[in-house]
Amino acid sequence: MSNTLPTTQQRSSRASKSLSEQAISLDGVEKSFGAVRALAGVDLVVATGECLGLVGHNGAGKSTLMHVLSGNLTPSAGTLSIGGKPHAGSWTAAAAQAEGVRCVFQELSLCPNLTVAENVRIVHRSLTGLGWKGRARALISQKLDEIFPNHGIAPDDEIADLAIGQRQMAEIARAFTVTDGKLRLVILDEPTSSLDAVTAQQLLAYVKKETARGTSIILISHLLGEVLSTADRIVVMKDGKTVADRKAADFTRNSLVAAMGSEAREHKRGAAKNSVAEVMVRAQPRSGGSASLEARKGEIIGLTGLAGHGQTRMLLQIYERRHAEVKGALSFIAGDRQSDGVFNLWSIGRNITTRSLTALRKAGFIDLAAEEKLAEEWKVRMAIRTPDVDNNILTLSGGNQQKALFARALASDATIILMDDPMRGVDIGTKQEVYAMIEAEAEKGRTFIWYTTEIEELTHCDRAYVFRNGAIVAALGADELTEEKVLQASFAEQAA
Amino acid sequence: MIGKLLRQPWVFSFGAAIAVWLATIAYTGGQGAGAILTAAFSFATFTIIVGLGQMMVITTGPGNVDLSIPATITLSGVVAMKVMDEDTGRMVIGIIAALGAATLVGVFNYGLIRLLRIPPIIATLSSSFLVLSAAISYGRGIRIKPPEPLAQFAETQVFGIPIMAFAVLALSIALAMVLSRTVYGRSVLAVGQNSRAAWLAGLNVDRTRFLTYVLSALLAGVCGILLSGFSRGAALNMGEEFLLASIATVVIGGTSVAGGRANVPGIWGAALFMYLLVTMLNTFGASAGIRLILTGLMIIGVIVAAGGEEQR
Repeated sequence: MSNTLPTTQQRSSRASKSLSEQAISLDGVEKSFGAVRALAGVDLVVATGECLGLVGHNGAGKSTLMHVLSGNLTPSAGTLSIGGKPHAGSWTAAAAQAEGVRCVFQELSLCPNLTVAENVRIVHRSLTGLGWKGRARALISQKLDEIFPNHGIAPDDEIADLAIGQRQMAEIARAFTVTDGKLRLVILDEPTSSLDAVTAQQLLAYVKKETARGTSIILISHLLGEVLSTADRIVVMKDGKTVADRKAADFTRNSLVAAMGSEAREHKRGAAKNSVAEVMVRAQPRSGGSASLEARKGEIIGLTGLAGHGQTRMLLQIYERRHAEVKGALSFIAGDRQSDGVFNLWSIGRNITTRSLTALRKAGFIDLAAEEKLAEEWKVRMAIRTPDVDNNILTLSGGNQQKALFARALASDATIILMDDPMRGVDIGTKQEVYAMIEAEAEKGRTFIWYTTEIEELTHCDRAYVFRNGAIVAALGADELTEEKVLQASFAEQAA
Repeated sequence: MIGKLLRQPWVFSFGAAIAVWLATIAYTGGQGAGAILTAAFSFATFTIIVGLGQMMVITTGPGNVDLSIPATITLSGVVAMKVMDEDTGRMVIGIIAALGAATLVGVFNYGLIRLLRIPPIIATLSSSFLVLSAAISYGRGIRIKPPEPLAQFAETQVFGIPIMAFAVLALSIALAMVLSRTVYGRSVLAVGQNSRAAWLAGLNVDRTRFLTYVLSALLAGVCGILLSGFSRGAALNMGEEFLLASIATVVIGGTSVAGGRANVPGIWGAALFMYLLVTMLNTFGASAGIRLILTGLMIIGVIVAAGGEEQR
């Protein structure tokens, strides 16, 4: 990390009091993944004994920022300071641990085959020698009792045997245990996502208690109510930058949502589609709710809401035609190319024609000439950048692999195309080309059902359904498709 | 051109087969070179038939393997001999009965795998005990000769090459066609690479795997019938050596153990190599123990040599 700040002495002589109150701070931190700029110059100060709320929609850069703070990711540029002094040397996970920075990430990090106490030992190297297990047991039991009274977790329980909520409790309690060194900052990333209302309240109460002792806490949550009530200060992130930074008391739910949204709308879908067109798909999510989804011929239907709230399950439910009325052939475009999409051993051409093999048969055998022609045709139509469709699929960049998957679906006889967040990690140029293709195909009468995590993409839709906890909570028409409305619906408060 | 040829994974198995053959005839001073080849083509054909079936199964993806091949060979041989009962007129019905029994084994295997969700290695192993027990109880103490035309088919040679080898060559070409030119064959390759992606691409994963296990059992059945014609009768241990042989030919032949990549020519090279290797060691006068050790080491050697050239 480059050190662009004045020397420590100059700074401390100038404003020693305010700096001593800083637990940790970031100055101009940037991070890029290939062409994607996840963090575009973030300044963040966490004061000692402060609970900082961090909000922003998916892809705003919150998780990347936390991974930088915890030393898991090295930023491309910027400075990190501890207690007001720029950190010398590289900021690694071990350095973060030594400085008392702990994190509880959304994807839990406990080893499922070890007991709770053994998992405590993993982060506390000092628990050595005879009787370490006893000390680990005492340490975690005491912390669990303190945060979550009546937790019902024994230190000798194996993680795999615990319910998801209990695992989360054990992980949170572990982050607050102290052996040697002090606890400086604890990052809680969606800590209440697997907790019930009672334990969530216990945690939030403990957060206030712990900050009063001088520990800083960063609270990331999609439940705006809990951020507003718990945090002292709230920072809003958008597109890899902090866009608002105020005292929690100065925010209301609405002003917070407004701060998260974007005003720029690059694209507007044309005139609303004929509402008398034939209904191609009608399905009610099996995962919850009573509202159902409807897609008419030639429509582009968006599925939105926070990631992982049942949108993919909805698509699979339609794909399997279980509890769904579907008229016509289906095709599925995967977003997770590696696990759901490409066939690594095959050429680009074979990857494109997979969905059309039956149609390419002549007297029982696949017509190789026709297959080659189809692949060639779609290579041109999708502008897949390759000299030869016989090259292996992995010779293509990610965006072009995704185009091949689009070609696979569009070249087929499917009239209904399901898309599972297909633009993940695709560059903007490719996206524009594919958007145009989708609209042209919809014009020709194909129906698209499109799960997207990028709210801007909804501007290409005729209608969007907002999902929360597996259920459809709102249906927004083309003229209502503003980021603010989508966020309002996504974040609507659960009865806490 | 040569470079491209050398990158084909099956080149190694053929190269190894030729090297072993040359070493053998160098030792004998050129004597019996033709006879050794004739014998190799006779014995290797049986391995090739079951090797092709095993290749299809292994190609459908990690964890898929058919361990019931030896038992199915035995069952098919016993059923064929008993139904034919040395009567040429009953040959067709005997073949139908034997292949029918083999098909049932395949259906049963996939039933265990799919309906009871038993891993293929366990399912086919346990079904092989049931199948072998059935073969034993059905064929108890009976030694029946095959009808004369069947025995002749298994023994006739043209220019020193058994006609059975030609039949198996035709079968191999047909299977290669199936793999590249039919929806089923493409599905096998796709499912083997990524079954979830294959499902999402509209391919029928279940039907593909089902057909593949049935095909493997059916080929084991064909092997059982021909083998009992060749060795003049069925025996309860006749399938024994084909467990290792069927898997080894697939692996040595350059078929990907991770699935998704099949290699028909490689099965031929590998089957010939395995037979010629044993012949060579016999010629050298190696004892049974040394023979087994060297066989194992050379199989490992070929796999390492071939594996080093693969991209994955």
